[in-house]
Amino acid sequence: MRSSSLRRFLPVALLMLSIAAPLAAQDSTSRGVRIGLTYDPGSKPGVAVLPVTGPTGDSVRAIVQRDFDFGDRVNPIVLDAMTAIEASRASAPNWPLLARLGAAAAVQITPTANGFHLAVYNVATKQTALIRDYATSAAPQSRAWRAVLHGIADDLEESFTGVRGVARTRILFERGKRIWAVDSDGEGATPVTDVGTPISPSWDPSGRTIAYSTILPAGISVLDLSTGRSRTLVSGGGVFISPVISPDGANVVYAHGVDAGVDLYTIPLSGGAARRLSVGRGSDNVSPSFSPDGRRIVFMSGRAGHPEIYTMDADGTNVDLLTPLDIGENAYRASPDWSPSGRLVAFQSQIAGNFQALTINLRDRSLRQLTSDGRNEDPSWAPDGRHLTFVSNRTGVRQLWVLDTETGRSRQLTRGAPVRVPAWSPRLPAE
Amino acid sequence: MIRRTAVLSLALLSVAALDGCRRKVVSAPTPVATSTNADSLAALRARQRADSIAAAERAAREAAAASDRRSAGEAAAILAQKIYFDYDRDNLRDDARATLDAKVPILIANPSVTLAITGHTDERGTAEYNLALGQRRAAQVKRYLTSKGIEDARISTQSMGDSQPAVQGTDESAYQQNRRAEFQAAGANTLVAPRS
Repeated sequence: MRSSSLRRFLPVALLMLSIAAPLAAQDSTSRGVRIGLTYDPGSKPGVAVLPVTGPTGDSVRAIVQRDFDFGDRVNPIVLDAMTAIEASRASAPNWPLLARLGAAAAVQITPTANGFHLAVYNVATKQTALIRDYATSAAPQSRAWRAVLHGIADDLEESFTGVRGVARTRILFERGKRIWAVDSDGEGATPVTDVGTPISPSWDPSGRTIAYSTILPAGISVLDLSTGRSRTLVSGGGVFISPVISPDGANVVYAHGVDAGVDLYTIPLSGGAARRLSVGRGSDNVSPSFSPDGRRIVFMSGRAGHPEIYTMDADGTNVDLLTPLDIGENAYRASPDWSPSGRLVAFQSQIAGNFQALTINLRDRSLRQLTSDGRNEDPSWAPDGRHLTFVSNRTGVRQLWVLDTETGRSRQLTRGAPVRVPAWSPRLPAE
Repeated sequence: MIRRTAVLSLALLSVAALDGCRRKVVSAPTPVATSTNADSLAALRARQRADSIAAAERAAREAAAASDRRSAGEAAAILAQKIYFDYDRDNLRDDARATLDAKVPILIANPSVTLAITGHTDERGTAEYNLALGQRRAAQVKRYLTSKGIEDARISTQSMGDSQPAVQGTDESAYQQNRRAEFQAAGANTLVAPRS
């Protein structure tokens, strides 16, 4: 349905291709350089993704447009049929039309024999602003092929706004006694573990390895996503809960307990001896999350008699209560996740009988409630520190949702059987 | 849990089977009388008398075995009986203590029996905290039983958190049935009931 409606815009592609050729040799900009687009401060730059030729063209255009839409930093300008016809009548590059549509830039992606050719036009200066080629041998419509396009969208967002997008990321979650991964746009949901009792997945900083705990047998496992090989890092009696990998990729911090409460431990990712970090004195200490510099850990502890959020140094010292202590029947705060910016911690708190997602500012401890519809739990930051995914039952079934914390806009990420414990990846390398 | 119950049932079935074998050995075939004289009549009466004594003894043995079986079954049921907790709590309520107190003499009478305690929670709260809470509940139960003289090494603990609800549902009645500790006994073919 999406591709048939996009087919109407092909005339614009032909128009733009005719202007792309003479401009192609003019400029080549290296990765990460920002294009000086002209658009109103405080608004999002309008970007027209021009129709793409070839049998996969509609998919290419739809994927990149949707990445812009989901990224919340760029306003994708969708050309309707009439506009496309009008544009196609023009005998010269139709800069006035693009300007009238509010486009600060136009993007032309052309499938080639060994990948994609990208051209970006600056509408205000009527110049080619960026030319780049992306090599891939991935089969069209495969996950790797889609990942190349997500990478293009991320590059483009960075060149337009100075902030790299998060389209080429994946989100891990638990569903039906397996760990799954889904692309940031909700496509390609795939189980990555066998059926068992896995729970609480987390990423290593490279995005190639994940750690998760298992309930029965109780332990922590590490899985190489590229080979599919997993190994048991630590196991034994009692419970092993909520492993996270340190930002330097060297250690795994997890919760473990047998008969005297549950405490946080650290163990080298490569294996070795575990060392206890927290001194919970019989209380529960779970759900650790590292600060981006790896020097502090935020975690949930029941040491005050009910679950609250605490921080400590990575060696277990200098413990500090983070959330305002609220002695009451419903005081229950959990699932902290330290933001990539380092400034905020997202967590869940019981409010009016339901869990809601909140952030707390580490500097002034100001609180901000992010959700109010249904039960919302287990927030996990995107690597841009702006978007969050969390579990919500607002449709009646626990699904993952994505929230833009700047605009409050949200979208449903997963569909189908209920899910939980999401973990948003770092920005992923090209495959 | 299910597997353990099956093991106990199998053990009981094998006891019943042995009983059956023994019965065959005891009830020797009665020879057919070929002639009627005083001696053979007396012998027949003696045999009949012996047979009726054997039948009575057999009935008594069977009744005793049935009683033992019933006692063993009751003991297994008492060991398996679940206990329940309040929301977000691991302390033992009076009803839980009473249930645990009933297990103690059975564990003492069956020193080879080990007990695996599994802590469970209702679905509220986070999966991670609930795993910890389930472990805390199992550990609390273990502490209580060891305080009553059961050896530490005979009791193991684990947590399933909220991953294995006993009943589905989102009301307090369902939650209450899910906030529980379950017990799996192992290590004896058949349980001996405590002599009171």
